[in-house]
Amino acid sequence: MVMELGVTLRGRLERWAHEGYPRECCGLLLGRVGDGVVHVADVVQARNTNTERAGDRFELDPQDLLRADEQARSRALEVVGIWHTHPDHPARPSATDRAQAWDGWSYLILSVGAQGVQALRSWRLAGADFVEEAVRPS
Amino acid sequence: MSRATIRIPMPLRGYTQGAGEVPVEAGTVREALAALGAAHAGVLERVLGPDGELRPFVNVFVGSRNVRSLDGLATPLADSDVVAIVPAVAGGLR
Repeated sequence: MVMELGVTLRGRLERWAHEGYPRECCGLLLGRVGDGVVHVADVVQARNTNTERAGDRFELDPQDLLRADEQARSRALEVVGIWHTHPDHPARPSATDRAQAWDGWSYLILSVGAQGVQALRSWRLAGADFVEEAVRPS
Repeated sequence: MSRATIRIPMPLRGYTQGAGEVPVEAGTVREALAALGAAHAGVLERVLGPDGELRPFVNVFVGSRNVRSLDGLATPLADSDVVAIVPAVAGGLR
C-alpha cells in the first residue's frame, strides 16, 4: 500500500504534533482506500485520554473516533487510519503500538522534538508485524 | 424487535465482505451482535470474549452513547438505532 497525503494536511499534522510536544498526540485519518492506495482526504485531532502517561502513551478517546467516523461517512469517506506522535523517539511502531494495533488501518507516526517534526512514516499490519507504506504527496 | 443498523469499522470489514453497515432486527445490543455474527462468520469473536461479554479493546455505541454507560449488551434498541462498533485505539512510544 502507498499513502497519499497532501502537503496542506501534512503541514497540519506537523503543526499539531509540534504544538502538542512533549505530550503524545493522536487523531484520525479520513479518506478512501482503493487500488493499493490510501488516499487521505482529511485529518482530525482526538483527545489522548491517557493523562497519567501522556509523555509516552496514548489512548484515543473512543467518542472522538465515533465522531470522526460520522464525519467521514457524511462526506462519503472512511476512517482509514490513526496518526500519533512519538516525542523524541523514532517514527516507527513500538511494541506497545504493535500490541494494540488493528488490521486494515494505516498507522501514521510523527517523530517530534522541541524544534518540530523530524520524520513522518506510515505503517500497516501484515500478519503479526508492521510493514512500512510509502507516503507521497497527493 | 427493532430494525437497527450496525456500523462496521474498517478493521472488521474482512468479515463482512467489505460492508460498512449491516442491517439487523434485534431487541437488544446483544441480539444485534448475535445477528451480525450469524450473518458474518468470525466477526463476533473479535467483539465478544469467550465469556460472551465485550472485549476490553472494543467499544459499542448506540447513537452517541457507549453501551458501557448504559445497560451494556442488554441495552435495548429502537427502530432506526445505529449501533457502532468502535475499536479501542491505543499505543505509545514505549
